[in-house]
Amino acid sequence: MLLEIKNVAKHYQIGNNTIKALDNVNLEIEEGEFLAIMGPSGSGKSTFLQVASMLAQPSSGKIKLKGRDVTEYNEVERSKLRNQEIGFIFQQFNLLPRTSALDNVALPLLYAKVSRSERDRRAKEMLEKVGLGDRLSNTPAQLSGGQQQRVAIARALVNEPSIIFADEPAGNLDSKSGNEIKQFLIKLNKEGKTIIMVTHEPDDAQIAKRLIIFKDGEVIDDSKITTQKQIEQKTKSVTSEVIKKKRK
Amino acid sequence: MIDIFLVAIKAILVNKVRSLLTMLGVIIGVGSVVLLTSIGTGLQVYVEDQFAALGTDTIYVVPGTPFSEGGGFGGSTSMIESTKPILKKEYLKDILRDNRDVVKDGVLMAIAINKAKYGNNEKKISILGTTNNYETVYNTKAEKGEWFTKSNNEKKDQVTVLGPKVAEEFFGEVDPVGKNLKIGSKSYKVVGVLEEKGGGFGGPSFDNYVYLPLETMYEDLDVQYIDNFTLEAKEGVEIKTAIKAVERTLLKDLDKDEFTVVDQTKLLETIQGILGMFTIGLGGISAISLVVGGIGIMNIMLVSVTERTREIGLRKALGATPSTILTQFLIEAALLSLIGGIIGLIIAYLGSLAIQSFFPARVTMNAVLTAFGVSTVVGLFFGAAPAKKAASLSPIEALRYE
Repeated sequence: MLLEIKNVAKHYQIGNNTIKALDNVNLEIEEGEFLAIMGPSGSGKSTFLQVASMLAQPSSGKIKLKGRDVTEYNEVERSKLRNQEIGFIFQQFNLLPRTSALDNVALPLLYAKVSRSERDRRAKEMLEKVGLGDRLSNTPAQLSGGQQQRVAIARALVNEPSIIFADEPAGNLDSKSGNEIKQFLIKLNKEGKTIIMVTHEPDDAQIAKRLIIFKDGEVIDDSKITTQKQIEQKTKSVTSEVIKKKRK
Repeated sequence: MIDIFLVAIKAILVNKVRSLLTMLGVIIGVGSVVLLTSIGTGLQVYVEDQFAALGTDTIYVVPGTPFSEGGGFGGSTSMIESTKPILKKEYLKDILRDNRDVVKDGVLMAIAINKAKYGNNEKKISILGTTNNYETVYNTKAEKGEWFTKSNNEKKDQVTVLGPKVAEEFFGEVDPVGKNLKIGSKSYKVVGVLEEKGGGFGGPSFDNYVYLPLETMYEDLDVQYIDNFTLEAKEGVEIKTAIKAVERTLLKDLDKDEFTVVDQTKLLETIQGILGMFTIGLGGISAISLVVGGIGIMNIMLVSVTERTREIGLRKALGATPSTILTQFLIEAALLSLIGGIIGLIIAYLGSLAIQSFFPARVTMNAVLTAFGVSTVVGLFFGAAPAKKAASLSPIEALRYE
């Protein structure tokens, strides 16, 4: 078992109201899986991503990574854990501006205290892997959106993490660049990488192998991915329920 | 650590204009501290050189105790009291008679201010009444004409010797020797003009005095008291021994706190003390601008942290610990301040070279080291709050920040 999430809840206190962003979430994720997390906005999918990726601590429950209980890790320990075990791909790319692609990719290695020459070597290798071997010294401003996201993917891969978390990886891209990125994720998964992707596009979700649907902080569906149509139906029913609720 | 250092350097270089503006306060602060202390230090060195030029075997006897413990003016007798007629001509005679083995010669001096007139030119002048051996004791020769003589003094002749500046002020291109200068109500024949000497212990330069025979001055100008005895120690005699001997003689007629016998070093110490305070004062005033500079750094760093919230969040998500972020921002602040300090130092150094022709400014190694130390500390101190803010940002909040 790679990642085990048991009875996890995340509550926020806003004034006198307790907001249950996550409630009683149970998930078991094996190595090599490709998950798509869906759900309407406010359903808890983003919070789930934060908690599962060690960016945030759950209010209750247990998180085990590779059999280790990491729930009670403090900030420094979680920093190190993220550095070694987690790769992030963001919707907004989140590259450092005015910094070369090479240095952007090497950033996680900097915090892993890898030597400069080794950092450069590995970052270069990763950029070559994502097809940007000729753009090492370009800054994000000199790259297209698709290229920027590929730099971000190279950065997520450079420290050989056990899980990659992708938050709407194609959300900010045109369909052509988006497709490129999706193809890349499929390829990575085939190579054995575990990927957990948050998306609201059924079209994006179908590249995954397992679909998790969140609603009101809970997992309401956990199934094998079949076709885009089925995904659309499933998400539509959830969305319409939400709309109905709002009308009431 | 080196890597964090490089990250900080890069952050400074990425935004050059802002970095320069941030440094501006420190540049001005360090620049003014170094420049002003260099003026103070230069002044001290200048005074030292002046004293050295006067000779090191000179002993002064002054009324009262102007040089109290610790070297400052003050003491039990105030300056005003100390100008009461305490010293008498006879004491100098006693000193010279009793201490022939240690004191070579001595001269007494009285100072007065009066009006002088030549032609239509009328001015207030400082008059120094003394005896003819002033020439040898102070090693001041007449450039034109000659010094008045012993008999001029004894006969109370109306003759005068002029400092070169006074001579020029009254006579201009005309040779003053043989001319008559009116001082008060009487006319005095100029017998000599002295060579240029400078100096003057904070009072007018020796070049600005009009010198009269002491007896003439007593007779004509209603002056009673003596300002000081200047004694010349014999060559090879320890100056401290000479001072002790002179004190012993004077104690026969005077109380211990009615007079002070000092040599150059004591005078020098006092003046150095004053100039030292002056230097510290100047440095202190300009240090205020350094504090303002530090606040400037804090200000811009706080803005910078807010602006780079996303970057900080990303770094944290990718594995930077709070202490790594703290270190990065502290180094950035310290470096900004240090570079500002170096630029300020260079400006101050160039400034001190520029004013060198008017003023003896001197940038010391001490000032340089202090500038480096202080600017680094200022950076660390004022960078602490922004760095702490950056370190405590939550990665989630920071990543969400637009």
